[in-house]
Amino acid sequence: MPRMGYSFPEEVLEHVFSFIQSDEDRNAISEVCRSWHDIERWSRRRVFVGNCYAISPTMVIRRFPEVRSVKLKGKPHFADFNLVPEGWGGYVAPWISAMASAYPWLEEIRLKRMVITDESLELISKSFKNFKVLVLSSCEGFSTDGLAAIAANCRNLRELDLGESEVEDLSGHWLSRFPDNYTSMVSLNIACLGWEVSFSALERLVGRCPNLRTLRLNRAVPLDKLANLLCRAPQLVELGTGAYSSELRPDVFSNLSGAFSGCKELKSLSGFWDVVPGYLPAVYPICSKLKSLNLSYATIQSPELIKLVSQCQNLQRLWVLDYIEDAGLDALAASCKDLRELRVFPSDPFGQEPNVPLTEQGLVSVSEGCPKLQSVLYFCRQMSNAALMTIARNRPNMTRFRLCIIEPHTPDYLTLQPLDVGFGAIVEHCKDLRRLSLSGLLTDRVFEYIGTHAKKLEMLSVAFAGESDLGLHHILSGCDNLRKLEIRDCPFGDKALLANAAKLETMRSLWMSSCSVSFGACKLLGQKMPGLNVEVIDERGPPDLRPESCPIDKLYVYRTVSGPRFDMPGFVWTMAENPALRLS
Amino acid sequence: MESKVAYDNDLNLKATELRLGLPGTDDREEQTLFSARNNKRPLPDTSKECGSKKKSDAQHVDNETAPPTKAQIVGWPPIRSYRKNNLQPKKSDQAEVAGIYVKVSMDGAPYLRKIDLGIYQGYPELLKALESMFKFTIGEYSEREGYKGSEYAPTYEDKDGDWMLVGDVPWDMFMSSCKRLRIMKGSEARGLGCGV
Repeated sequence: MPRMGYSFPEEVLEHVFSFIQSDEDRNAISEVCRSWHDIERWSRRRVFVGNCYAISPTMVIRRFPEVRSVKLKGKPHFADFNLVPEGWGGYVAPWISAMASAYPWLEEIRLKRMVITDESLELISKSFKNFKVLVLSSCEGFSTDGLAAIAANCRNLRELDLGESEVEDLSGHWLSRFPDNYTSMVSLNIACLGWEVSFSALERLVGRCPNLRTLRLNRAVPLDKLANLLCRAPQLVELGTGAYSSELRPDVFSNLSGAFSGCKELKSLSGFWDVVPGYLPAVYPICSKLKSLNLSYATIQSPELIKLVSQCQNLQRLWVLDYIEDAGLDALAASCKDLRELRVFPSDPFGQEPNVPLTEQGLVSVSEGCPKLQSVLYFCRQMSNAALMTIARNRPNMTRFRLCIIEPHTPDYLTLQPLDVGFGAIVEHCKDLRRLSLSGLLTDRVFEYIGTHAKKLEMLSVAFAGESDLGLHHILSGCDNLRKLEIRDCPFGDKALLANAAKLETMRSLWMSSCSVSFGACKLLGQKMPGLNVEVIDERGPPDLRPESCPIDKLYVYRTVSGPRFDMPGFVWTMAENPALRLS
Repeated sequence: MESKVAYDNDLNLKATELRLGLPGTDDREEQTLFSARNNKRPLPDTSKECGSKKKSDAQHVDNETAPPTKAQIVGWPPIRSYRKNNLQPKKSDQAEVAGIYVKVSMDGAPYLRKIDLGIYQGYPELLKALESMFKFTIGEYSEREGYKGSEYAPTYEDKDGDWMLVGDVPWDMFMSSCKRLRIMKGSEARGLGCGV
């Protein structure tokens, strides 16, 4: 019987492969045989590199010569909370310059937590004639000058999403650089910009782009201008308002209300900075169609929130401040039966005392009332094992569970016990749990539960928890699908790390800061595991000026096929095989 | 221990100073301090045997000498900076509410004026406003020679009661220390301009 490879001409295989989009499947295909590997690599159009230092741009380009879409991630997640010092890395420039010559037909670049300069933005705008999508999520290093280059040169741009990036605002006039005959914008997100953009340019742009589906404005766009914008884009599906405040005036209100009513396709709302409650009813006409509502900047109180949310029967995603209170979450549970994702942010994160009546009860209510709830991010000040167990039993379909009890080491407020069994119940009942963040008082016990039950867990965040290395050992030896592990302020040290060194090569990365990992152990790990970059990050100075047994400040370990990186700042050292290369 | 000596720097009094208030009194300062891109933090207690946890950077909080009031932990609770910043009202709103009104007198003018320093972004705007309010021209400012090319010099009385030349200190510092403005004329003005 002839081998499969000879049965079909290449063109047929290529056509079949074009239906396969997922990376996992394509990777599997490429391992079948040599010819499938070759056909697959020539036909792969999308590449996702979860850690920009795991591989070099040259290697990616060599293997996949015809890529149209690239997604890269840079800094570790804890960079979001200022735990990664400025200058650590994540520079995209080498990727952009390599791709500028290798991928002239590149259409999409999506970056997360990377540093991108105006020069790179200009290079992008000039190198890729068919460039369509630029998403910069939590990036930094660029200014509105870079955006001006994109606007001026990317004739086919469809999507410009600045995410939560830090942009140096030099001038609001970059928006005017879109030529008058440019009409292809589909998605524009400028919510992160601190200062005004040229409003007339914005108005004209919105008015001439008939395919505009997503428009996320920044805070500087005043409310009395919103109605005008909406009237020019009644086809909008997703809208982020600017500041939602103005003197209460009947004409402004009726214009706004009319404009909202005219947006028949609107499914997602966000923005709502500086909300004046009197203007909220302007959105009531469209509430019943809303699937996603981000009120996490809206400092409005529970009664208004309840009025709003009770009308959103089709809501699937809600982001809100804890001003919603337990009562508001009860109302949510009663009205929004299709809810999939809930995020409750703290209005007063640094206060010592609770400022609002929001407790574990609110989350329990939602877990009871919303059968499709699968993703939770919840900040609160008290929790009990009983509540966690109830939530776990109510929602075995939970896939992402991130709980942040604001005060570290907070025990079960009813029994004063650690919250081990509560989180244990979560991992035991929620068999498809992919992401988990722990908080509160936790012993090694919770890690035993996690290692035993959390077999699908891919990302785990741990802070101020555990008692000994056993905790870390349970995680590393038990969680079969673990990809990312981030730990801060836990008494985990060398033993578990070294005993599970091989596990680290099966993961994307491990972050440990303010733990008890010694410099000696880091060196050993670096020597033992050539497939890993073991980065010691320590702003106190070179670690070899201290005894080897001294704990280092921060450790970032990640697998890589391209060896140690060469763009490290003075406070980062890679533990390499060759001791001579170890320290600069 | 040698290691302790090797990089044990100054006592970090400034850092402990920040902690010597009652809980809540230094909140705003703490918030701006920690929501800035600052990731320096003390090591946990387990590192005691490895010597100093002190760093040279003044923004560091020293565990061992911190008084009982709660110190903020870097990066905790885990909220993105832009979220923390967005919980504060916009800077311009705050100024509108507060208003930094100061009297302005001009030598030779029959009556005084009052202006709100909070509405200006910086010195150029302020000086332009003064010029148009009192119908005169201020000379060109230089650090060495003050305001050249004009009979007038803008001065202000600061918190200590001293008369200072407008423009010498950073704008924010000026806004918080200026009690009143006086536009000096003639020989007095020239005296100031000569960097005495």
